[in-house]
Amino acid sequence: MNLSINKKNIEVDVDPYKPLLWVIRENCNLTGTKFGCGIGQCGACTIQLDGVAVRSCLTPAQAAEGKEITTIEGIALNEDHMHLLQESWIEEQVPQCGYCQSGQLMSAHALLSKNSHPSDADIDEAMSGNICRCGTYPRIRRGIKRAAELMILDTNAKSKSHGEME
Amino acid sequence: MGKWSRRAFISLGVLSGGALVLGIAIRPGNRAKKVKGFIGNKDETVLNIWVKIARDNTITVIVPHAEMGQGTHTTLAMMLADEMDADWSKVKVMEAPSDKEYANYALAKGFILENKKLPSFLTDTLNGTFLAITKQMGLQITGGSTSVRFTGTYAMRVAGAAVKEVLMKAAADLWKLPVEELQAQKSHVLHEKTKQSIPYASLAESALELKQDVNPRLKSPDEYTLMGTSPKRLDAPSKVNGTAYFGIDVKLPNMKYASIKASPVFGSKLKSVDKAAIRSMKGVHKVISLETAVAVIADSYWLASIAINKLPITFEDSSKASISQNDIYKMYLECFEKANKDGDQIKDVYKGDMANTFLVDEKQLSAEYRVPFLAHATMEPMNCTAHMHDGICELWLGSQNPLGFAKSVAEVLDIPIDKVKVYNQYLGGGFGRRSVPDVAIQAALLAQEVDYPVKLIWSREEDIRQDHYREANISRFKASLNQEGMVTGWENQFMFKNEPAEAPHIPYAIENQFIHYTETENPIPWGFWRSVDSSMHGFFTESFMDELAIKANKDPYEFRREHLKDSPRHLKVLDLAAEKANWSSSLPSNWGRGISIHKSFGTIVAQVVEVEIIKGKVKVHRVVCAADPGYAFHPDGFVAQMESGIIYGLTAAIYGEINIENGAVVESNFHDYEMLRMNECPIIESYIISSDSFPGGAGEPSTPGIAPALTNAIFSATGQRIRELPIKNYQLEMSKEVIG
Ligand code: FES
Ligand code: FES
Repeated sequence: MNLSINKKNIEVDVDPYKPLLWVIRENCNLTGTKFGCGIGQCGACTIQLDGVAVRSCLTPAQAAEGKEITTIEGIALNEDHMHLLQESWIEEQVPQCGYCQSGQLMSAHALLSKNSHPSDADIDEAMSGNICRCGTYPRIRRGIKRAAELMILDTNAKSKSHGEME
Repeated sequence: MGKWSRRAFISLGVLSGGALVLGIAIRPGNRAKKVKGFIGNKDETVLNIWVKIARDNTITVIVPHAEMGQGTHTTLAMMLADEMDADWSKVKVMEAPSDKEYANYALAKGFILENKKLPSFLTDTLNGTFLAITKQMGLQITGGSTSVRFTGTYAMRVAGAAVKEVLMKAAADLWKLPVEELQAQKSHVLHEKTKQSIPYASLAESALELKQDVNPRLKSPDEYTLMGTSPKRLDAPSKVNGTAYFGIDVKLPNMKYASIKASPVFGSKLKSVDKAAIRSMKGVHKVISLETAVAVIADSYWLASIAINKLPITFEDSSKASISQNDIYKMYLECFEKANKDGDQIKDVYKGDMANTFLVDEKQLSAEYRVPFLAHATMEPMNCTAHMHDGICELWLGSQNPLGFAKSVAEVLDIPIDKVKVYNQYLGGGFGRRSVPDVAIQAALLAQEVDYPVKLIWSREEDIRQDHYREANISRFKASLNQEGMVTGWENQFMFKNEPAEAPHIPYAIENQFIHYTETENPIPWGFWRSVDSSMHGFFTESFMDELAIKANKDPYEFRREHLKDSPRHLKVLDLAAEKANWSSSLPSNWGRGISIHKSFGTIVAQVVEVEIIKGKVKVHRVVCAADPGYAFHPDGFVAQMESGIIYGLTAAIYGEINIENGAVVESNFHDYEMLRMNECPIIESYIISSDSFPGGAGEPSTPGIAPALTNAIFSATGQRIRELPIKNYQLEMSKEVIG
């Protein structure tokens, strides 16, 4: 089966019902996506299919055919530059054990890509499927808000520099 | 080793009658050369067992603790780097290997000395004693909030300061200058007058020939450059880009995956397994029967987990199969009755004249509280990868006690301990769970049966049902109050006693006290659970204190204050929490405010919680937390741990319960063992007081006080007293009368 993960095509020989979580971890060797519960309760396995956050432990591999899969390894801008969300996570010192954080970041990333000004209620709604046993929720909330502000600054800066160029 | 506690050390004969016995003392001296083989490469100088310097002046701190989220790698590295005046931007951390040379003597020292100063001429000999004990015990533990308190104080700072001294001496020799004229700064030694400067790396080899002082001069707080600041955690970048490597991420050539199912009734032996049921499954390689469990090995974990669920497995009957939750509580109550009748309660605190106080003071109050069993539910399910080859057993996992695990596995496999290699990875949560070697033993036993590496992963169901649980407990109180509304007598009875010893002790000036308990066999496997005994006694004692305040017709905060007159440290913490929370300001209707104070692992924490009752359920809006850890070496990390411990405790208070039915755990995954989520997380404000007392812990002390502050707040909103956790089992009603 052909999969596109983080903009790379990968050919894998797997049972079409094998959950994407295990295809990604075992067959594609991307271990940033984590196993936490296997029943869609914890969000540790969150990835994106065409930009929408999904629980990969409940998504059969065949459901991803023809779609773009994004994992935590695929959100940085390039090798040297993290995504603003990742930078904000470091600024706010979010991670503790770190195990849930890939899933948290993928949910937050999906939120910010459709809502650049999330309210507290929006954050609750988008993030409540992701458990953090270390209790980093207050910092996750701050991380999302910081990233949202930086992204707006960033787009403003970009559109301004575009303006000047024209 | 099952239990690591002060008592465990004492029972080894180290302390007898309060005196240190030096029978097994050896002088360890500098063991740098011994450990060079496994921690250093040819371009590095290993200066002592905790620090090495590379040619490019990069300094690596070797930390004998696991990183499970508490930030210990960063904080311990800071403590050493500060004493050494190292350039922080070029400091790295490496976790100590699970070799007995890295048995952590500082822990033994911390547990035994509890901050007693020793005559300096004894230090070297005693370090030898502590090392000998810790080697014997296989001690390399992360837990008990010990890392900064003991390892940081007794190993990291001392090592950093000692190394700095020899580096400076080496520079003085080289330049033929008096050492007093030299300065250390950013991994260089400087001589201001002659404007000379030399990097530590160039001095390392000659410094190694000099004897390091076991009692070097440590910095005073005004000389700290790193301690007391909050540099970014060294592990943060890898934890936001998916590259942090946990036990579950290990991959080896030819590795296969295993799933496992152990007897749901604790300890029942395996009777039979019908292997034919999965014979036709492609990619499934082997079914392995262990004494109390069955495992399946397959090409993928997913396949292995489907296969294990298809396997018909039967376990032997066991006498435990009839035990249910209520039987356990009944058994506790019978133990109480019997102990009280026979007068053989184990005395924990006995002072004053208990018999009389209840005769004299007529105002009395009794109450009984209960807490259920609790599982740890670390975010990363238990797992271990094992490979047996050439008589060696290699293990990859996240462990809170790598050396102890090696010892346990060696015993089970009956091979020498140096044939077991444990490669410790990041821990996806620990909370005490990863100090039990069960999964490592299982993985080793599986690896023994095959000639390839096996990664054993527990399902979440297995994780919840095969834990080592914080025990369910009952605590009963009786107290008397005098005319002025002051408590004169305090009697408390409960089951079991583990760590910390002071968990059930109260800070309040109450003249007559009788605190006692009873031990019996706990039919459910027991384990260290974040803050251990304090996780329940905080709830018990601070709930009862609140009830007494109401009985005395006093404000719960003022009432505590009056009883803390002789404890200035406590009083300061309590006052700060109340002040920051604006304790006496009014709240909307349906809202309530509750307070608590509890000291554990050397840190005093007071909390004020604000709640709102919405449709019979509690909404926690705000938690104000004040803490005195003596000194916060990494303040932001300390605050993060306060938040973490509070949320962990909130989950337990609101949702946490493991129920036993027919000898097995009822709950199985996050749908029925629920966790607090983002939408339920309150605003948490933390404030730190530095009293300069001996450093206290960070990872545990905020957990005990949250449940009582919360239930006290619910009481103030509703008049409903919650005497049994968790809160989810209550329909909260607003009281008709206005309280307090
Ligand atoms: S592992 Fe997928 S939601 Fe928990
Ligand atoms: S950081 Fe440990 S579970 Fe979230």
